[in-house]
Amino acid sequence: MKYMIMLKADPANQADRMPTDEELNAMGAYNEEVIAAGAMLAGEGLHPVETGSWVSFDGDERVVTDGPFTESKELIAGFWILQVKDRDEALEWARRIPLTSGTVEVRRVFEVEDFNPDNEYVKQEKQWREEHDGVGRTA
Amino acid sequence: MTTAVEAVWRIESSRVIATLVRFTGDVGLAEDLAQDALVAALEQWPEQGIPRNPGAWLTAVAKRRAIDGWRRQSALRERYESIAHTLDAEGDEGDPDDVIRDDLLRLVFISCHPVLAPDARIALTLRLLGGLSTDEIARAFLVPSPTIGARITRAKKTLAAARVPFEVPDRSEIATRLAAVLEVVYLIFNEGYSATSGDDWMRPALTQEALRLGRILANLTPREPEVHALVALMELQASRMAARTAADGSAILLNDQDRTRWDRLQIGRGVAALARADSLGKARGPYALQAALAARHATAPTAAATDWDEIVALYDALAQLTPSPIIDLNRAVAISMAKGPDAGLVAVDRLAGIGALAGYHLLPAVRGDILARLGRSAEARQEFERAAELTRNERERAVLLGRAKNGGRA
Repeated sequence: MKYMIMLKADPANQADRMPTDEELNAMGAYNEEVIAAGAMLAGEGLHPVETGSWVSFDGDERVVTDGPFTESKELIAGFWILQVKDRDEALEWARRIPLTSGTVEVRRVFEVEDFNPDNEYVKQEKQWREEHDGVGRTA
Repeated sequence: MTTAVEAVWRIESSRVIATLVRFTGDVGLAEDLAQDALVAALEQWPEQGIPRNPGAWLTAVAKRRAIDGWRRQSALRERYESIAHTLDAEGDEGDPDDVIRDDLLRLVFISCHPVLAPDARIALTLRLLGGLSTDEIARAFLVPSPTIGARITRAKKTLAAARVPFEVPDRSEIATRLAAVLEVVYLIFNEGYSATSGDDWMRPALTQEALRLGRILANLTPREPEVHALVALMELQASRMAARTAADGSAILLNDQDRTRWDRLQIGRGVAALARADSLGKARGPYALQAALAARHATAPTAAATDWDEIVALYDALAQLTPSPIIDLNRAVAISMAKGPDAGLVAVDRLAGIGALAGYHLLPAVRGDILARLGRSAEARQEFERAAELTRNERERAVLLGRAKNGGRA
């Protein structure tokens, strides 16, 4: 299953300054660890909130508001998408993020279920697939 | 808390075991010691909290147990002394992360060693590198748990009896040994890919397990193009997991799949992994060619807009590298898409003339499909009837007979 770990912007810590070398190195080492474990699907850091915009919807109307967004505490500074066995593994990866303050949010990514458990035909599918081995898989 | 400890185990166990195999020279002993350390963690961490470096904690506990064990066996005194000496000297081995990486790669090659039968390699790889329990492996492969347990025990004994060294194969061997490792990973993937809805969730999870193993391997052997290529192939195939079965459970062939259900993130990863394989500058191997085929499909907006000429060329290359009538049949289908049904029919008839696929139901099914596109309904009907006779699958027979009835139209 996939989880997204969202790094919350910590206004006290991250606003108005770039990360230090030490912080960058620690985060780089963490990312390498996740990659080496085969769990990293994606991970990005986001530019400061000031450079972001909101697009709000009201019926057909769209309103664009440029940052900074003083009224919100829920701002994302970066994210990872991890492939993990379960929630506990996602939480363990989150625990290992080299932060000394702030919060990350851990959320499961929705995935379309490809197996319909109620169906009588699916039991025959395995054999069907074996007989089709090779043909139709890449072509 | 138990599950939190298990999550740490999943992340750390392969590295802990790899380090212990180097330390003890014995896969079986290494795994037993690691399991002991896990038991200790399950006892202590809920009270004391998870240590700051849980992998190092597990390794240290296991090493202490090993030394205690050797101390009790006076016959092994000498061994203990030499190990104790090694321990003292351990600071000189360079970057500890590099040491662990090397140990992990050695463990990969040991788990997929040719002295082991293929099913033993799979079980051992999932156990030692995937951190899966015997029960989980058994559930995934629809086999009783004791069978897997016995398989793993036997595999460890075989490795010990054959005195398989804990090392990365040298240059003369590396290509064939790496191919064996990739084969194990791809077998695990395909086992998961063949799972159906009634199955335990552990079965489809095998595809993710294989992908994870593939990514770990790509990280350990970044200069090996076929490793990246296998990762690419698995990412691209897995990207279609959600689109390949209908709501009623029947399989949907690639050309008929709803492409909006393909996983874009995974396609992007697959294409990037293939680019990495290609960037290493060697001729494409079998996995790279299959990945390139999958990538062509994955990045085409529709079946009709697919670059079928390129698909034919890739099948040509694949057939040269690993000749197989199944590849030729796929190639014939691609030719019918690239150059039209007439050309496709010529290719299929040439294949039928060789007789290699006699009795294979998809040969008449493909021929019937091409004949139907040519408007030759009577002949198409005959081919679908023939295909229906040959298949052993009831559901598929119904589909083929349905097409026969419609003069070949789907």
